[in-house]
Amino acid sequence: MSPPDMTAIPANPPRRALPLHRELDRVWRNGPGLWGQVTSVSHTTLGLRFMATAFVFFGIGGLLSMLIRAQLATPNSAFLDTALYNQIFTMHGSIMMFLFAIPMLEGLAMYLLPKMLGTRDLAFPRLSALGYWCYLLGGSILITALLAGVAPADGWFMYTPLSGKTYSPGINADVWLLGVTFVEISALAAAIELMVSILRLRAPGMTLTQMPLFAWYILGTAAMMLAGFPPLILGSVLLEMERAFGWPFFDPERGGDPLLWQHLFWLFGHPEVYIIFLPAAGVLSTVIPVLCRTKIVGYGAIVAAILGMVFLSFGLWVHHMFTVGIPHLALAFFSAASMLVAVPTAVQIFAWIGTMWRGRPELKLPMLYILGFFFTFVMGGLTGVMLAVVPFNWQAHDTAFVTAHLHYVLIGGFVFPMLAGVAWWMPLMSGRRRIKGLGEAAFWLILIGFHGTFFLMHLTGLMGMPRRIPTYADNPEWMGLNLSSSFFGFVMTIGFALFAIDLILQAGFGKRSVRDPWQAPSLDWAMALPPPNYNFASLPGVELQQAGAAGAMLKLARGEGFLPGAPRGRREILVTSVGAARPQHVALLPFNTALPLVLALAICAFVLLMLAGFYAVAPVALIPVVGLIWAWARRAVAAVDAAPVEIAPGQFLPVHPEGGATLTQSGLTGLLFANGTFLASLLFGLAFISLVSPGPPRPVWHADGTVLLAAAAVVALLAAGALGARWALARVEAARPAGAVLIGAVIVNLLALAGLAALAFWLPAPTRHAGDAVRAALVAYVGLHIAIATLFSAFALDQARRGELTPASPGALRNWGLWQRYTLAAAALAMAALWAQEAGA
Amino acid sequence: MKCAALATVPLVLAGCTGPLSTLTPSGPIAQDIAWLWWALLAGAALLALMVFVLVALGFGRPREVAEGRWVFGMGVWFSLAVLTVTLAGALWVGERILPHGPALEVHAHARQWSWTFTHPGATGPTESEGVLHIPAGQPVDVLITSSDVIHSFWVPQLGGKMDAIPGRQNRLRIEASRPGTYEGLCAEFCGLEHASMRFEVIAHDPAAWPPLPTMEGSRP
Repeated sequence: MSPPDMTAIPANPPRRALPLHRELDRVWRNGPGLWGQVTSVSHTTLGLRFMATAFVFFGIGGLLSMLIRAQLATPNSAFLDTALYNQIFTMHGSIMMFLFAIPMLEGLAMYLLPKMLGTRDLAFPRLSALGYWCYLLGGSILITALLAGVAPADGWFMYTPLSGKTYSPGINADVWLLGVTFVEISALAAAIELMVSILRLRAPGMTLTQMPLFAWYILGTAAMMLAGFPPLILGSVLLEMERAFGWPFFDPERGGDPLLWQHLFWLFGHPEVYIIFLPAAGVLSTVIPVLCRTKIVGYGAIVAAILGMVFLSFGLWVHHMFTVGIPHLALAFFSAASMLVAVPTAVQIFAWIGTMWRGRPELKLPMLYILGFFFTFVMGGLTGVMLAVVPFNWQAHDTAFVTAHLHYVLIGGFVFPMLAGVAWWMPLMSGRRRIKGLGEAAFWLILIGFHGTFFLMHLTGLMGMPRRIPTYADNPEWMGLNLSSSFFGFVMTIGFALFAIDLILQAGFGKRSVRDPWQAPSLDWAMALPPPNYNFASLPGVELQQAGAAGAMLKLARGEGFLPGAPRGRREILVTSVGAARPQHVALLPFNTALPLVLALAICAFVLLMLAGFYAVAPVALIPVVGLIWAWARRAVAAVDAAPVEIAPGQFLPVHPEGGATLTQSGLTGLLFANGTFLASLLFGLAFISLVSPGPPRPVWHADGTVLLAAAAVVALLAAGALGARWALARVEAARPAGAVLIGAVIVNLLALAGLAALAFWLPAPTRHAGDAVRAALVAYVGLHIAIATLFSAFALDQARRGELTPASPGALRNWGLWQRYTLAAAALAMAALWAQEAGA
Repeated sequence: MKCAALATVPLVLAGCTGPLSTLTPSGPIAQDIAWLWWALLAGAALLALMVFVLVALGFGRPREVAEGRWVFGMGVWFSLAVLTVTLAGALWVGERILPHGPALEVHAHARQWSWTFTHPGATGPTESEGVLHIPAGQPVDVLITSSDVIHSFWVPQLGGKMDAIPGRQNRLRIEASRPGTYEGLCAEFCGLEHASMRFEVIAHDPAAWPPLPTMEGSRP
């Protein structure tokens, strides 16, 4: 069956909208009551919940900032003691970064993307729910620690050795490392599913070059998250292993290097700024042209600018480290790279201004926030260029000037656009109009409060006030500036409180909004308000995608698009090709389930055991995690009725991809990409410790023949496993039994695991030297991957035993093959790195 | 032009003084950076003003726009030109303040939460707690390290800052034009008593250098 030609597909005949709605709603809606909320996997429900939870954490982070401002209002304040003050500023930064900004943008993207792309949900609905629960539980761990007085206190970038066991002996630093890493599961999950959804779920005929700019921005963001979060997660894992088991990655006395932490942290931390900025810029590129009643200036240039930012942002992390003693050529290089990233930003700024020139801007509430963005972010960008100038950086670094700069960038570049976005999409999310006047008052309070707080803070920094000090008794010259910052800080807080009140009033008491209140061109408004869980009664083709929300709304509701209704009682969506969005097959999405919550609770149990220091028991908690993931995979929807589905008159699509990749395969590819950056970061650590660190050299240790033999055996066995995966697939596709091959593959993987265990046994103790510790970490990484490969092959064997492997749908064989090949490559690379480390010593 | 600028500076500086202010430099290195800052500020103010005016003009009647002029003309070429000039200035000042050529060497050793300095004395190397002695009117290289966590050595009126990292030794050049006492502090957050990790730099008349071991804070 060849994919249908997009232009020649006939339309479905119009039907009555209400029965169609009832049919879909029965299949797609959440269960009733609280349990229905717990089991929901809908992107609409979860997107809203992500945003609402992020706002709650924003409120908590904001209260903490008020405590900081109260403490700093006068020179010798005894309002907070220093230990508590340190916890508060650390938590303020950590909450705003990890519990507000990232989840907020994830929530907005999850909520909007399927609606903009013309589909019914994201690619992996259960993953959305898992991400949410990990976020909520991880965030709760951090807040509980704050209430218990054991919150992290080493600053939100957790520099070693201060965050090491010697100088932070309590549980505080572990709370940060474990809690934040737990939350980051949701970031990786979101990144994978947003990327796969953008690439594979666009409405038929919506080519990449025609999709809404917001989708391009989120595609860039997701790519950066997949590459940016692994270094942070690696750093956190290594530091936790140093704290828990004494593996000296960052301990200079045993060959470790505190700067390794800074490299890993800022490898994440700088892209993080753009991860936060890109979705906000996506909101601006969406809202500005509609509010100016014109088209965006320079679509292609903006896409190029997004891609440019994605690449450049990974080349300038060192500008956070200009004062650590970097060779001076490197200073010049990173200074130039840091300035260069201003170019794609400028392209977008001028494209937006050009759009305003071309159209007639309407001064509605979202436009006020957009003007707030221009006013604030331009200044933050300019101070950013100043900080890229190394000599000036040497004066301004670690002072209040940097505090001011980063708030100009983050509040200007993220919060103002997000407030514009909330004001813009609130009628969609709540189905109601806002109450006039309140929003404008909130805007002015926030704008005046913000600049009152942070504008003069630049000067405070230049007058020598460093960050993170609680008192300044000897420096009366800073008092007036600080007092005014504190005063306006409270004004800004009142503004945010008013904004929250406005939202609550609108959601609770606003008048019903008309559909498509902004006369928008995009599909996100071509639906009822608030939107039903299925979004579209039928999915739009090219003609309806370009008809504007008003033109498409009725036809879609009447089932004139593709795949109307839910006649088979299944949650069906269309999967299309990456470039041209040709329809490939119909995918079946899972129903409501509590499995994501249960799995998140199981992971939480592991995290809590680690936190409590029960290191011997903690691995036991991983058994339910493995069991639940197994159940998760087993409960993926299998098509009992595999008959092709008629998406339009005479146009049939299969429910299994014929030769093409399934959504799961696309998702696994994304995961392996992130996994690859994790491995690359670990290899970077190995090279850094071996070649750059000035510490004592690693004691000699000569690898004897047995070790080399074990290493070679592990690689050879994994290669045999990869061949086994291929052979089993070939047999299944030829409709022949594959059970024996699969049994062989499981045994081969188990032998590889045993070989690696033997190798690890012969290696010197990882506590001896940082070089030994990185090597052990590398072996542990390979071991984890072989263990997962073993489980994967056992899962396929189980499927074979149940007779579920068919030529049309070869079960887990393709995904296991992908994982097995990755494991083989990673093991080969790791063994080569170990050999190189020995040869270099 | 420099004279005109010099005349306005004292007015602007009236509110910017203080023993830790980077805007009242007391040596050529801090002075270079201060000039750089004023230049950056002037450029940034002009650019910000330009963007605000362009945004305000956007509220006029709709008009034809040449897309290329906005995204490439302004977005790429204009910003590249501005950044190139900025980078040239950065490299020029950077080359002037980096430790090139011979200089007197002193040592700064940080720990939670105090500083120990070593400088050449009349009777050999002299250690002092919390006070760094240097000669005025000549470049001094501070060799900075730490014995526990990361700290940062900063004397705003004499030069930039440099981190004190355990296991490493960093070099920072500072210079005081005139004899006097200058304040310094730890700039990198280093734990409970971070705020109190202050120190002093005493710049001596070159005629009185090296100082006698009886100077403030010293022990031979």
